[in-house]
Amino acid sequence: MVMTIDCKGMYYRKLNKMTQNAVAEGETEFVLDNVNGQRYIGNGINEKVKITINGVPGNDLATFMNGPTLIVNANAQDSIANTMNSGKIVVHGSAGDVLGYGMRGGKLYIKGNVGYRTGIHMKEYKKQIPVIIAGGVAGDFCGEYMAGGILVILGLNKDDDTPIAGDYFGTGMHGGVIYVRGDIDESTLGKEVSIQELDKKDDKTLKKHLTEYCEHFGLDLDEVMSKPFVKLLPVSSRPYGNLYAY
Amino acid sequence: MRCNCYIPSGCAISGMMSESGERMDGNAIIRSIALMHDRSNGLGGGFAAYGIYPRRADQYAFHMMFDNMEAKEKCEEYFNGTFDVVLDEKIPTRPGAVFEEDTSGRYPEYGTQPIINPPILWRYFIDVPEDKTKFISEREYVVENVMDINSNVDGAFVASSGKNMGAFKGVGYPEDIGVFYKLDEYKAYIWTSHGRFPTNTPGWWGGAHPFCLLDWSIVHNGEISSYGINKRYLEPFGYKLELRTDTEVVAYLFDLLVRRHKLPIELAVKALAAPFWKDIDKMPENERKIITAIRQVYGGGLLNGPFSIILGHSRGMVGFNDRIKLRPMTCARKDDMLYMASEESAIREIAPDLDEVWSPRAGTAIVGEMNGEVEA
Repeated sequence: MVMTIDCKGMYYRKLNKMTQNAVAEGETEFVLDNVNGQRYIGNGINEKVKITINGVPGNDLATFMNGPTLIVNANAQDSIANTMNSGKIVVHGSAGDVLGYGMRGGKLYIKGNVGYRTGIHMKEYKKQIPVIIAGGVAGDFCGEYMAGGILVILGLNKDDDTPIAGDYFGTGMHGGVIYVRGDIDESTLGKEVSIQELDKKDDKTLKKHLTEYCEHFGLDLDEVMSKPFVKLLPVSSRPYGNLYAY
Repeated sequence: MRCNCYIPSGCAISGMMSESGERMDGNAIIRSIALMHDRSNGLGGGFAAYGIYPRRADQYAFHMMFDNMEAKEKCEEYFNGTFDVVLDEKIPTRPGAVFEEDTSGRYPEYGTQPIINPPILWRYFIDVPEDKTKFISEREYVVENVMDINSNVDGAFVASSGKNMGAFKGVGYPEDIGVFYKLDEYKAYIWTSHGRFPTNTPGWWGGAHPFCLLDWSIVHNGEISSYGINKRYLEPFGYKLELRTDTEVVAYLFDLLVRRHKLPIELAVKALAAPFWKDIDKMPENERKIITAIRQVYGGGLLNGPFSIILGHSRGMVGFNDRIKLRPMTCARKDDMLYMASEESAIREIAPDLDEVWSPRAGTAIVGEMNGEVEA
């Protein structure tokens, strides 16, 4: 059974309580219509339920999320997937600032652009590796202080004058990997990362994730893969190890 | 005036403008800011509205706040020798007002906070006597007197002093403040609004946003960490910073840079949210020279700290962020309407179908300009 909720004019506490209670009673799929600005959707649910969101969800979507799949049929706002643990978020639009802050597992797929500070402080542990893929371009401080996980910026449909990511790209990065489709202006990179060619293992990883990404958005994988990628890797696992060690 | 200090954080801003000059009532802007209820904490809310006094468009409209009748009498005495007051009247209000519409941003079950204990709210429509402007421009004369009232007339504060515009602000949630001031009964071609979550300074009626001088109005989410430097820079030019909050400097900086120094607004924004030197080094020669000069001349006007700001003035609305975008701002267009808000949902609430939605780059001005005349 699919539970449909008309969210027009509904305060976030009521909406989230309704979905959380329904999950406790065994509901597995939700369609939220007329969503506009409700915060914290997808929080506090530890089951693999599916939630389709029609409208712009509010800030802190999927904070600490652990299990659900969220499909957003609109743009999304700031602070998605903060410290998210597992599950998947698919945004059929663009998203705001500070996405995947401290994210530690799960997948965040954005069709359009992402704002400032995407994937900062992302981390991984053994097989638990978070993945963020953005179809458009990213703002400044992308992957700042990244400690683990996979971040992919595709720059699809961008014009030649638009940089694929903003300034301070990968600053302070000390773990994980960032894949970038196309060229990077080296002057926008943080001192702690270097540009490298992909190896076979990278190709395999990238193809696996992009296959799933393209299926969600109806994109042609071959076309997405037709442009060469590069990767950003940290040059040191402890860039600031000696900062205060004088 | 009531002065409260509770909890720290947040803030919400929203602005809308008809670039063709069509006037709209205040219901939409109230709904937009109400959606972001949880960004405020009830210690301040306010609105700026342009085009609200078409029949008195040639006079300066002074929106005043008085602590008591004595302050009002003293201020009226002050006006007597200074201005020709053409009309004065109580600003209409609904005491105990509460916004009652349902929006996804607020829910009455969690309590309401009616607007109570306002100061005396009075407005004066003013002409400047001709003999006062022999050696000084009319607007300069008005500015000097606004500064004088704020610092020297005890218990009296000028909330706004522009022509055909006004500020409506106070302590409370913004949507309740909007109902309190009966904004549904005014029509404006630009509305800006603010929900406050004061961080470092008290929540009091005069300290709510917008901050206005002449037709400038500022609503601001964030914190001006450079307040002390900006204050010291402004004071020798005759500005007096009496409102106990950081945002005040932004209104006066625009007055100084644009009205007095005649900088184009985009360039004034480049002075306040200046590009970094490493980026200036990459600019083409001509632009590099201009921006270098701006940074050298207006170093004291540079705003530091996190902010998103909407500036209103009689011919337009301008939004901009701090240089590394530490506060949110989304812009949108629909036909001749320009919208700016802290969250996209606050725009969708009043304009569900938009032609274009985008987030401006840090330090870049988004400029809305009148392309027509104000609808009468």
